[in-house]
Amino acid sequence: MRGSGPLAMARLRTMPATLAIGGAITLAWIVVAILAPVLTGFDPVKVDVMQALKPPGAEHWFGTDAIGRDVLARTLFAARYDLAMAFFGVVGPIILGTIIGLIAGYLGGRIDAALMRILEVTVSFPYFVLVIAIVAVLGPGLKSYFISLTLVNWVSYARLVRSQALVLRGVDFVLAARGMGFGHLRIMLFHILPNAIVPSIVFVMTDAVLAIVLGSSLGFLGLGVQPPTPEWGAMIADGQTYLTTAWWIAIFPGIAICLLALGLSLTADGLARLLNTES
Amino acid sequence: MSDLVSVENLTIDFATNFGDVHALRGVSFSLKAGEVLGIVGESGSGKTVACRAILKLIAGNALVKSGRIMFEGSNVLSMKDVELGQLRGGQAAMIFQNPSTHLDPIMTVGRQVGEAMVVHQGISWRQANARAIGLLEDMHIKDAPRRAGAYPHELSGGMRQRVMIAAALACEPKLLIADEPTTALDVTVQAQILDLLRGIRRERKLSVILVSHDLGVIAEMCDRVVVMKDGAVLEIGSVDQILRDPAHEYTKRLIASQPSLMTPTTHARPVATEPHLLVKNLCVNFYPGQSLAAWATRKPPLIVRAVDNVSLALRRGGALGIVGESGSGKSTIARAIAGLVQPEQGEIEVDGQSLDRALRRRRPEQVRKLQMVFQDPFMSLNPAFTVARTLAEPLLQQNICPQGDIPARIRELMEKVELPRQLLDRRTTQLSGGQRQRVGIARALALEPEILIADEVTSALDVTIQAQVLGLFARLRRELSLTLILISHDLGVVRYLCEQVAVMQHGKLVEYGNTGDVLDRPQQAYTRELIAAIPKLSRPTSSGVQPGDTPLLAAGSEC
Amino acid sequence: MNRFSFVLRRPIQLIPVLLGISVITFLLLQMTPGDPVRLMLGPKASQEAIEFVRARYGLDQPVPVQYFYYVMNCLRGDFGQSIAFRGPVSGVIVARIAPTVFLILYGLVISLLLTFALAVTAARQRGRWIDHLIRLVCVAGVGVPSYFVGLLLIMGFCLRLKIFPVSGYGPTFINNLGHLFLPALTIGIGVTPILARNLRATFIQQLDKDYAIACRSRGLPESYIFSRHVFWNSLLPTVNLLGVVVAFLIGGTVVVENVFNIPGLGNLLIRGVLTHDQFVVQAVALLLAVGVVISNFAVDILTAILDPRVEL
Repeated sequence: MRGSGPLAMARLRTMPATLAIGGAITLAWIVVAILAPVLTGFDPVKVDVMQALKPPGAEHWFGTDAIGRDVLARTLFAARYDLAMAFFGVVGPIILGTIIGLIAGYLGGRIDAALMRILEVTVSFPYFVLVIAIVAVLGPGLKSYFISLTLVNWVSYARLVRSQALVLRGVDFVLAARGMGFGHLRIMLFHILPNAIVPSIVFVMTDAVLAIVLGSSLGFLGLGVQPPTPEWGAMIADGQTYLTTAWWIAIFPGIAICLLALGLSLTADGLARLLNTES
Repeated sequence: MSDLVSVENLTIDFATNFGDVHALRGVSFSLKAGEVLGIVGESGSGKTVACRAILKLIAGNALVKSGRIMFEGSNVLSMKDVELGQLRGGQAAMIFQNPSTHLDPIMTVGRQVGEAMVVHQGISWRQANARAIGLLEDMHIKDAPRRAGAYPHELSGGMRQRVMIAAALACEPKLLIADEPTTALDVTVQAQILDLLRGIRRERKLSVILVSHDLGVIAEMCDRVVVMKDGAVLEIGSVDQILRDPAHEYTKRLIASQPSLMTPTTHARPVATEPHLLVKNLCVNFYPGQSLAAWATRKPPLIVRAVDNVSLALRRGGALGIVGESGSGKSTIARAIAGLVQPEQGEIEVDGQSLDRALRRRRPEQVRKLQMVFQDPFMSLNPAFTVARTLAEPLLQQNICPQGDIPARIRELMEKVELPRQLLDRRTTQLSGGQRQRVGIARALALEPEILIADEVTSALDVTIQAQVLGLFARLRRELSLTLILISHDLGVVRYLCEQVAVMQHGKLVEYGNTGDVLDRPQQAYTRELIAAIPKLSRPTSSGVQPGDTPLLAAGSEC
Repeated sequence: MNRFSFVLRRPIQLIPVLLGISVITFLLLQMTPGDPVRLMLGPKASQEAIEFVRARYGLDQPVPVQYFYYVMNCLRGDFGQSIAFRGPVSGVIVARIAPTVFLILYGLVISLLLTFALAVTAARQRGRWIDHLIRLVCVAGVGVPSYFVGLLLIMGFCLRLKIFPVSGYGPTFINNLGHLFLPALTIGIGVTPILARNLRATFIQQLDKDYAIACRSRGLPESYIFSRHVFWNSLLPTVNLLGVVVAFLIGGTVVVENVFNIPGLGNLLIRGVLTHDQFVVQAVALLLAVGVVISNFAVDILTAILDPRVEL
C-alpha cells in the first residue's frame, strides 16, 4: 500500500485534484482560525449600537449586525468554534465506534448480538433528534454537543469497522495468526484493525462535514454555542429577521460555512479516490 | 474452408494511472468455420482480452494500437453500435468463467435466455419464453418449464452454466467463444459441461474458441491450439503436434508442469510403527442461519454435518492427501485438526498425546508443532505487514529464539523457501502469487512444526508456478522430515506428493489407502467417477491418428 | 407466496427495538436534573396535584418499576404533562403530527425525483462534462446546511418574487402543496446529494458488473441493459439506504420547521428544549423514533419485493 521511490512519485502525480483543492481550502480555514486576531482589528463581541446594521463598506467590509458588531470579525473568529466542532465531533465517535465495531465483528456470537441490538436501537432515533434530546438533558453548549455526538454517532464507525472485521476474521491470514497461537488482543490490534479501518478513514471527512452542519444547526436553533460567542449557525439565526433589510448578517457566515464544508467534502472525495484505487 | 474469424497483428494497451500496460502485442490467429480452437495460457497471458476483443468487448481504458479482427470479411473493431448488436448474439456469442456473476441475480433465467430473441428477432415475450424452455431442455435441464421461472441463486453452478450456454445460443450464432467455461466448477460437473459443449457443437455445427488455462481441457476438446504468454502468441498448431513436439521452451515447461505428468516423489522412507498423527471419529457440525428469531420461535437448529465420523492415521514423515469436490468437508478436517474450528466430537492425537479440541486450551508447544499453510495467496498474508514483519511475528510471540537471533532466523527461512532477501522489506501486497505462497510456507516453518497441513496451497497458482511450489514442498518434506497433510481437489497434485490418499464426499470418507491402490484401482463408484472426470492429457503416441480429429472422438466417453 | 409471510412475522421482531427505544427515552428523563413532578407541574403546584402525579407515574417506586409505569402509560397514550402548554403532552403532540408527516413525504418525493434525474443523467453520460458537473454539485451540496438553503429560498421566492408564502400550514391538501413546497424542497435538497452520489456510483458499478458484460455479449442494446437490468439491480442498495434517508429527513424537518415556522413536531421539539418542557421533548423523540422503525419496516417489504434472494 505505502511505498517509496517511483511508486510514491507515481502516486503524487495521480493525487486527485479534489484532494489538493479541498486540502488547500481546509488548511486555509485552519490558518484563518489561528490568525483571526491578526486578520481583523475589530473585537467580535464588542457591542456598538451607534454602528448597528451598517452595510458592507470601507470600514466594515462585511457590514455590522443589529447591535453593531463587525460581521467580518465575527465570521473569522467563528471559524475557531466551527472547526472545533468538525474535529472533536468526529474524534469521540471514531474511537468509541471503532472499539465497539472491532469487538463485535471479531468476537461475534452473543457479544456481537448484544452490541448490535444497542446499535439498532440507537439508529432508530433520527440522528439529529437524539442529539437534541441529549442536549436537552445536558443543557446547550459545546461540551454537551461533543458528548451527545459521541453517544449517537459511534454507530457509523461501529458499522463500518464491524462489517470489515466480520469478513476479516474468517480470512486466511487471521486464521493463520490464530493457528500460530496469538492472543485475541494481538490479532484484533495488528491483524484486523489496520485492514478494517480504511473505510472509516474515508468516511471521517464526510462525517466532519455532517458534524459541522449539525453543530451549526444547533447554533442556529439556539442550542449550540451560546451568545455572545461568535458561531456561524447562531450568526445566521441572528440575521434571519433582517433578511430584506440587512442581508449581510446572515449571508456572509452562510458562505463561510459552505466554503469550509466544501473544502472538507472535496478532501473526502479525493481521499476516497486515493484509497480506493490503491486497494 | 475459409476463415470465419481472423485476428491480425492485434496490439492493445490499457491506460492506467501508472502508464500504459501492454495487454496484447501483435497477436494473430485465425479460426476456420466448424473448427474448435483452443487458447491456452496462464494469468496475464492476454487470452481473455484476445477472445473478448473478437466481440469488441473491451474495457473503456483499452487502446487498440494496431491490427484488426475480421469476422466474415468485416472488421469488428471498426463496427458501429448497430452492427455490433447484430454481430453479438446473432453471429457470435460468448460464455464466461463464473456463471453465478454473469447472470442477472434478480431476473428469472427463462427471461434471460429469451430476452435476446425478443430484442433481436422481435418476437413476443410469450414466444420467447416457449423457445427458452426448449433451449433449456436442449441443455439437458430437467423440468425446464419450472426451472425457467427460477432465479439464478436457486440453481447449482453447473445448472447456471447450462443457462448461460442456452442464453448464448438463443439467436443461433455461428461462433461460440467460451472463456474458461468450467474453471469455477467441480471436476465431475466440468465433465458434464464439456460433454454438453461437444454435443451442441456437433448438432449446431458451431465454430468454437475455447479459452482455458487447463491443457487437459484443451487437449480433450480442441482441434488446434494457440499458446499465449505475456500478451503474445508463442505458437499455433494442432493439439497433437503441440503436445508431442512443442517448439517453444515455454510450451515444454507448461506441459512438464502438469501434475499428472510429473514423476511422483520417491516415497522410500523409514517406517515408524507408532502413528504421528491420529484422528479418531471426527465430526464437525455447522449451524447455518442461526438467529435470535429462530431461537425465539424455537425452531430446531439446522445442522449440516461438514465432517462425518472420519478417522485417519499418519506415520511420522508420511504424507496424506485428502481429495474431494467443493463441500466435501476436506478443508474442514484440516481446520479442525489445526484447532480453527471446533469439532462436535472425536479425538486428535499427536505422538499419542490427546489434543484439546479448542485451540486456546492446547499447550503452546502443541500449537507450535502443528502448522497450516492456506489456500489463497492474496488472503493468507496480512496486507499491512512487510515480509520481514510477517516472519518475525511468530518468532517473537512464541519465543522460538532470542530476540537478537531473529534477523538471522528470518534470512534462514527465506533461504529455505528459495526467496531472495531483497523481498524482506516489501509489503506482502507487492509480491506475486507464488512469492506470497512461499512467504506463507516460511511463516508456518518459523514455528518449527512437525506436522504441516497444506490446504489447497497451489489451486490459485498458475500451473508452472504450482509445479515449482510442489517441488519446494517435496524438498522441505525430505529435509525437515515433516509429516504432511495435503488438501487438494487435484488428484495429480496428490499423486505427486503423497503416499496415502483419502477421498471425501459430503463429509464422509469414501475411500482411504495407498495412493497407487486408490487412484489406479479404485474400489468405490465415486472414486471411479472422480478419476474418469479428469480431462486426460497423455502424450499421444505416434500411431497413425488423424490430427485434429482424434481428441474430440476419443474424449466422447460418457461420464 | 411464502416469502412474504414475514410481513406478519416481522412486526413481532420489532418489539425488542421498540422496547429499546423506550428504555432510552426513559433514561433520558431519569437523567434530567430536577424533580420530575416539578418538571411536569411547575414550581407552584398544589400538594394534591403532586400526590396525584406521583401515584400515576409511579414516581415513588424504584426505577425499574417506574420504567414499567412509563411503558404502560406510553401504551395508553399518556406521555406526561407539559408545563408550557398546561396540559397532557399527548394532546399537544397529536395536532402536530400531520404537518410533519406531510412535510417528510413531500420532501421524500422531491428528493427522489431529483436523485433519479441527476443519477440517471450522470450514469448514462459517464465521464462527460455533465457527469463531472453533477458529481461536483453533489460533493459540494453535502455541506450546505438546510437552514441556510431555506433562508436563501425565502429571500428569493418569498421576499423578492413573492411566489410562495413564507410560513405556516394550511387547511387543505392542495393548499399545503403550495404552502409546504419550499420547506419540502429544502429538506429534499438536503438529502439529494448523498442519495444521488450513491445511486450514480451504484449505476456505474453495476454497468461494469459481469452480468452486464454478458448482456452486451448477447448484443442487447445499452439502453435496454440499463433499463431492464442495471436499473433494477441498482435500486436495491438505494432502497436499503432509504431507511437512513428517512431518518435524515426527519432530522431535516426539525430545522426546516423552525426556519419556515411550520407547526409540526420539529418545531415543538425545539420549543420544548428551550422551555425545559422535558416530557414534550422525550415524547417527540419517542414518536419520531417509532416513525423511523415504521419506515424501516416499509423498506424491508420493498426490498423483498425487488430482490428474490431475500428471505426474512
